[in-house]
Order: sequence, then structure tokens, then C-alpha cells
Amino acid sequence: MRFLMKRNYNQDIQLFKYRSTFFWYLALIIGCCLLPLVLDDYITSQLSFICMYSIATVGLMLLTGYTGQISMGHAAFFGIGAYTSAILTSKGVPFLLALPTAGLLAGFIGIFIGLPALRLSGLYLAIATMGFGFIVDEVLVRWESLTNGNMGMMVDPVSIGPLTFETEVQFYYLTLVVLVLTILAAKNILRSPTGRAMIAIRDSEVAAQAMGISMAKYKTMAFAISAFFTGVAGSLYGHKLTFINPESFTILVSIEFLAMIIIGGLGSLHGAVYGAAFIIFLPQLIIMTKDYMPKYLADQTGLESALYGLMIMLFILFEPMGIYGIWRKKKFYFEMFPLYKKDTFKKEKKYFKAERH
Amino acid sequence: MAFFETHNISISFGGLRALERVSFEVNKGEVFSIIGPNGAGKTTIFNCINRYYNLDEGAFIFKDKNIAKVSPHVVADLGISRTFQNIELFKNATVIDNLLLGRHRHRRSNLFMEALFSPSVQRQEIESREKAEEVIDFLDLQAYRDQFVSGLPYGVQKTVELGRALAMEPELLLLDEPSSGMNMEEMEDLSFWITDIKEELGISILLVEHNMRLVKEISDRVLALNFGVVIAQGTPNEVLGHPEVMKAYLGEEGASTAG
Repeated sequence: MRFLMKRNYNQDIQLFKYRSTFFWYLALIIGCCLLPLVLDDYITSQLSFICMYSIATVGLMLLTGYTGQISMGHAAFFGIGAYTSAILTSKGVPFLLALPTAGLLAGFIGIFIGLPALRLSGLYLAIATMGFGFIVDEVLVRWESLTNGNMGMMVDPVSIGPLTFETEVQFYYLTLVVLVLTILAAKNILRSPTGRAMIAIRDSEVAAQAMGISMAKYKTMAFAISAFFTGVAGSLYGHKLTFINPESFTILVSIEFLAMIIIGGLGSLHGAVYGAAFIIFLPQLIIMTKDYMPKYLADQTGLESALYGLMIMLFILFEPMGIYGIWRKKKFYFEMFPLYKKDTFKKEKKYFKAERH
Repeated sequence: MAFFETHNISISFGGLRALERVSFEVNKGEVFSIIGPNGAGKTTIFNCINRYYNLDEGAFIFKDKNIAKVSPHVVADLGISRTFQNIELFKNATVIDNLLLGRHRHRRSNLFMEALFSPSVQRQEIESREKAEEVIDFLDLQAYRDQFVSGLPYGVQKTVELGRALAMEPELLLLDEPSSGMNMEEMEDLSFWITDIKEELGISILLVEHNMRLVKEISDRVLALNFGVVIAQGTPNEVLGHPEVMKAYLGEEGASTAG
């Protein structure tokens, strides 16, 4: 166990608690930069997908993991981002301008989706946001003059000034940079009054109000921030696929986002990235393990989807704190060795919640 | 004009009259206690002040301003902080984060500055932490600073809640049964703290409490409620010795033997 001697308040507000943490993250980023040198194009493109999905899940994590508001309509923000960026770049707007515009438009619409959250919570909010997802999906199909409807539309490749991002490796670096900036911004928000207000709303709305936190302001703000990041991710996603149609932004994508943050571990930014990586690599892993299975099992149709679903179920059942939870427990084990107590992470069971305040 | 005034407030839930034309005044720098048997409507008064419930009639005047119609968060912004009967802390946050949340009404930053964690946000954070440390010193919470609230003993959680309310630097502090669930030692501390809050920090306190010894020790004035109606108001000794109050607590027979 390490104890930190703090001598001034600057130490208290630093991004990295220990100097060693900073070097580990630096090593991680350098490692991520070097990865394409050793990996083939296919895996590199999968890494780009992880980065893009991570940007979206960081957004959703802020909303669901930190503010406690569920959204089943995030595919809509993803789609709005993708289409906005695609349409703008086709009209000659530079990508560097189209990317934030895609995020801002999604964020602006997010404000209005945040309004039902003032009255609804839990499952009811899930259904309301799901309805929003259907509406956007329908708009993308019907507004043919702009979106080309079900036919879909081609998306121009990305170029910033003289730089082009056409190869897998180049695009991977682009998504990596945006992901790092996203995580930094999210982390900064979380260690400021706004982020703390979001956590307060998640833990106790009554007490949050007694602290002077406006529900209307911070719930809509959480939706807007979340939608902004998801919109940015959508923009990148469109440019990566070079072809988008409304099919890419159905409710299944929203559910996939939710699965990612739950498996990654609710309430942690690490979890958002772990979850995205897990869900993207799981099908690959299943295909790889197929070689080691008995033949009659490996040849079963629908094996991949069944295993995929099973893995997700097992995760929720045995590790509700997600991948990040496993990481925390292991870390704690080594920090406390040999004094580790297994029950440290046991949740207290609550059989009732008092209605009175 | 009193510092905080309650004018003839009434509220009913369905057919139940929870409060019936209750009026009282809290002066600046005093401890004003509300007592009464269970279900008398004490906590309801707090929930009305905090605007969780809408009044049927009446008004709250705080610093010459009627606050009976504002949004719940505005009440806190104006400088009224509170604790809760059943602890309402932010359980998945550390003690220091809970105290920093108390600083919310003093923030000056906006979202864009925060996303960049600009120097002004950093200065504000340090300022908040200095204030939070003052509260930690005041309430002896040093040992728990970086611990998660959910794992702390009940009495400590109560203290953290008091600390969170103090970190707001309020002008009026509403304490809802601060001593419930505390042991003797913690209760003694609490009694000193409340006196210190009043005398050193100059914060007026509105207190709901069941422990009569504590009420007697620290209150300047007391109000007794029963079934939503004021039955007595005055100094602690006057009210606690009032025949109606005895009847409310001990019943008709008990009051005659005690009296």
C-alpha cells in the first residue's frame, strides 16, 4: 500500500495521483502508436473501430455511468454525427470543421432529449429515448433529398489540409488522437464541479438539489455532453466506412453501446474503453477458438452469436462491476498483499429504501 | 423583520392535514428547535422549505424574500443548507468529494473552461479544497478524507453530512435529527459543534430533534408540534414543561403523574 505525502493543494487536483501513473499512461500511448508497425491492416482497422466506439461509450458512460440516466437512443446521436459530417464534407466543408459541427449538432439535439429525463427515470426513460431513436431512424430513411434514404450515401475520405487519412494506419492514428482528447476532456469535466454534480444526481437527486444543483440544467447538460461525444464518434465512423445508410444506426447499435459500458464497468472511464474493446474483439476470439473445438460443435450454425450472448450473460451474472471491476480487485489484491479481504467489494444488501428524506 | 420567517403554512396529503397554519420566526444567530412526537410534521416543514413539497398556503420569508415558490436548487443557492433524517450522502463518492459538492453554489466556472481544466478552474478547485479542509478540521474527519462514504460507520456518515452542509457556507442550517443513531460520545461532540457553528461561524440553525437533553442544552428557543399544529413556543424550559407538550408525549395520564 502506498501513502502519498501531500504538501500542497496542487497535488490534490493533479490528473495523475502518482508520477509513476503518468509514465504508465505515456507508455500506453506510445505502445498504441507503435501497434500498427507489428499488426496487419485488418487488426489495425479493428483498433480504429475500438477507438471510435470508445469515444461513443465515453459519452454514454458520462450519461449512464456517472449521471445515472439510461439512454437507448444513442445510435441516433451516432447517426446524426455520421450524416452531418458526411453531408458537410460532400459540400466541400473541411473535415476539421465538419467533425466538431457533427458533435455540436448531436449535442444540441441531445438537449431536447434531455428534457424528458426531467420527468422520467429508469425504464420509462429507456423507452422514451428508444422512441427518439426510432424517430431519427425514420427521418434518415424519409429525408431522401438530404440523406439519400435507404440507398445510403458515400462519404468522402478524410483529409486535413495536405494530410490525407486513407490507409488503415493513418485513420487509426486519427481516431487515437480524437479518443485521447475525448478521454482528457471527460476526465477534466469529471474532476470539476459539473462532473461532481452529475455524480451527485446519480447518487441522490434529493441531496443534489439541497446542494443547489439544478436538475433541469445538469440533466440536459449531461445529455448534451454525451450526445456531443457520440456525434463526434459517429462522424469518424462514417468516414471510416465510406458508405452509410440508416441500417447502421438502428436500436441494436444503442443496445450494443449499453452492453459495452455495462461489461466494461459502469462508473469508470477505463470501463468505457475496456467494454468497447471486449465487444469488438469477442467475435474474433470466438472465431479463433473455433479451431480448438470438436468438429461437430465448431460446425454448428449460429455458434458465434450464441457464445457472444452467453459471454455477456456470464459477465453480468458473475462480475457486475465489469472488466474494470476485475482490474480493481486484482490491483487491490496486490496492493494489500497479504492482507487482502475478499469481502471488501461486497455490496451491502439493501432491503428497503426509505421514502422519507 | 426576522431573519427567517414562516407564515401560516399549511399542507395536506390527501385527507391528512400534515401542517396547519404553522408560524414561527428564526432570528439571526440563534438555535431554534422543533420538537414533537412521531408524525407531528417536523420533517415536513423542512421538506417544504426545501421545496420538495408544495405548500397549500402560507409563505417562507428568507432575508426579505419569499422562497415558497422558487425551484428547489434556488433555496440552496440563497444560503439554506440541510442534513437529512435518513442519510442522503453521495454514497459512491469519497468524503472529500461529498464536501466539495457542498461547494457547488460557490462555483464560477463553465463547462468549456472545465473541459480544458483552465487555470481559473484550477484556482477554484484549490479554493474549494481549502474550504473543505477547514470543515474536515472542524469536524475531525481527517481519518476518513479519502474513504468512500458507503463503508463508513453510521455516526461518521452523519458527521460527513453535517460537514457537507457546512461546506456550503450557509446562512441558515437545517438539521434533521442530527443525533439519531449516534452514541453518547458522538452526541457530546455534536452538541459542542452546534454551539460552535452558532457562535464561531455565526450560522443560524433550525433543528429537529428527539433527544430532549440535547434540545435543552443547545436551543435558544423551542417550538412544539403535534399533529401539524403548534402547541407551544418559547424558551426550552417553558416548552418542555408545558402541560400540552407533556400530554402529547406522555398521554393524558402520564402528564398528570409527571406534572
